[in-house]
Amino acid sequence: MAELTYREAVARAIAQEMERDERVVFLGEDVASAGGVFKATVGLYEKFGPKRVRDTPISEQAILGAAMGAAMTGLRPIAEIMFSDFLAVCFDFIANEFSKTRYMSNGQLGCPLVVRTGNGAGSRFGAQHSQSVENWSMMIPGLKVIAPSTPLDVIGLLAAAVRDPDPVVFYEHKSLYATKGEVPDGEIVDTLGTAKIVRRGKDATILALALMVPRALAAADRLAAEYGIDCEVVDVRSLVPLDTQTILGSIAKTGRLFTVEENPRLCGWGAEIASIAADEAFYDLDGPIVRITTPHIPLPAADNLEDIALPTPARIVEKIVTCMN
Amino acid sequence: MNAPINATVSDNDDIGAGKRLDLYRLQYGIRVFEKRAYDLFLQNLVKGTSHLSLGQEAIAAGFAGAMQPRDLSFCTYRGHAHTLARGTPMTKVLGELMQRDNGLMRGKGGSMHLTSREHGVMGSYAIVGAHLPIACGAAWRAQYLGADDVSVCFFGDGTTNIGAFHEALNLAAVWKLPVVFVCENNLYMEYTPIGEVTAVANPAADRAAAYGLPAILIDGNDADIVYRTALAAFAKARAGDGPSLIECKTYRHSGHSRADPAKYRPEGELESWLLRDPVIIYRRRLAEFGVAEADIAAIEAAIDREVEAATEACKNAPPPPASILAADVYADGGSAWRN
Repeated sequence: MAELTYREAVARAIAQEMERDERVVFLGEDVASAGGVFKATVGLYEKFGPKRVRDTPISEQAILGAAMGAAMTGLRPIAEIMFSDFLAVCFDFIANEFSKTRYMSNGQLGCPLVVRTGNGAGSRFGAQHSQSVENWSMMIPGLKVIAPSTPLDVIGLLAAAVRDPDPVVFYEHKSLYATKGEVPDGEIVDTLGTAKIVRRGKDATILALALMVPRALAAADRLAAEYGIDCEVVDVRSLVPLDTQTILGSIAKTGRLFTVEENPRLCGWGAEIASIAADEAFYDLDGPIVRITTPHIPLPAADNLEDIALPTPARIVEKIVTCMN
Repeated sequence: MNAPINATVSDNDDIGAGKRLDLYRLQYGIRVFEKRAYDLFLQNLVKGTSHLSLGQEAIAAGFAGAMQPRDLSFCTYRGHAHTLARGTPMTKVLGELMQRDNGLMRGKGGSMHLTSREHGVMGSYAIVGAHLPIACGAAWRAQYLGADDVSVCFFGDGTTNIGAFHEALNLAAVWKLPVVFVCENNLYMEYTPIGEVTAVANPAADRAAAYGLPAILIDGNDADIVYRTALAAFAKARAGDGPSLIECKTYRHSGHSRADPAKYRPEGELESWLLRDPVIIYRRRLAEFGVAEADIAAIEAAIDREVEAATEACKNAPPPPASILAADVYADGGSAWRN
């Protein structure tokens, strides 16, 4: 057992998979000797060398295209897109290329690759370096979409993503890189498509992802202590495949559903889950489904403005108390 | 320019009779296949869109003739010719154009996405420029594993103005990847002359210097020149000396796609290029090298029969069953995104 930061967990997961499988290679901007702009890949270049850990030019299309071509022909590439906002400059590969190749080729070609990317707000970087864009990939058939909230989940889910035969977009939250958690020794492999109940409760279900998980947990503690509302918190972890059984099971128990989403309002991941719950858990629900999200705005740089844009524990508490009365 | 336009007969002694017959067989096969595809979409039997390589056959034949079976082709939506040239059966290609169950991808890809893994055809890509970085990745795999296959990426002149072209060329050059980029410059991007929208006269060759590569501009209507240029580029790639960018000057005899009557062309332009028809040029060359007319006619008759048989087989083939609609979205064979 060791205490690791979320960023150290990224490097440990990649090292674990590179040691296990010679086909695993890693490419991206400033990822090799520099160890990544978020220092999430420190030590990999020293350990595995320039053949397997490769710096690229600032060419996001070349990064994802190269990962795809290598994956189609037998390697298991991990590609880093430094900020998830930059997915927009290589979105063709995500939306049109490696997500559709298996289908269009009638199963002749597959793309087992992982795109890791730094997602989310909290660094005061403004509208082009702070977005939560996991819903951009959630809407594309053929992709799997993961967003872990703890160091342990980073290792287990990243390892599972590397071993998965389908393309996976892996969203790491920039504001979680410095957070710490206990991690057991030895190989760690989790399962894609599984949500995790991180707090048991009976009165309401709160779904959260990535940075919103610790905020939902903090809110749940206050709701229990100050208002006697006992919330169950589910870390969704995997948007595709989506673990609807765990989610619907929790709703059946609590009768209320709240989502806490960092993405801007329209078409956030919680909207799809709300739709599923309305279809399939209508008679379990004792009240309306409520989404707690960032407003539908670009994110500001100023710290005080960014802080009031994102859902906070205080806002979550306030909303749930209002809705539960 | 490392090869002259208009090679003479004396330049052809190195190729040999067997290879020359292969090159003609490929060009003639593509020609009659494409004509048949056109006839069939006039009858509404080829559906969707279709982009023909009529007039550009020498490029597909010359490169495929120089490739080893292990080499990989990456094509565009104008990919029938390159798919056939690697040995993919006509019936499977035509079946895909006709969206039948006997097609290469059982109708799930269509004309613009022809793929035949077993023949080294690693897909046809319909978003301009995307497959250049993808070909880099396949070449990176070869370099990483120490394999000596070459990835060959075909694209049109219009591709040279999109960002992915430049990202791929730079990456291939800086990583010294065994990839060969082949620009088929047929003078028109879609409907607009490439010269009207490009800052340089030769859209690929004039950009090569930016990536530390030699400018290579060849006559794309002479299969011998194409074949020799391909061999040299493949030898360079296999020796670990990095990528090549080859611009082949050519002309498409038909419009951009089935919807295009090509009325934007100046009067007489098509007629002047028909005088440089690659299939006619090559047939004449066979005769110059002493191949008997009867032997040429026999090759043509065999291909004509193959096209007839493919047409009949595809007309009789059923459409794909509804059961495959949601198959192969994910590697487990299905499309499940939730439990």
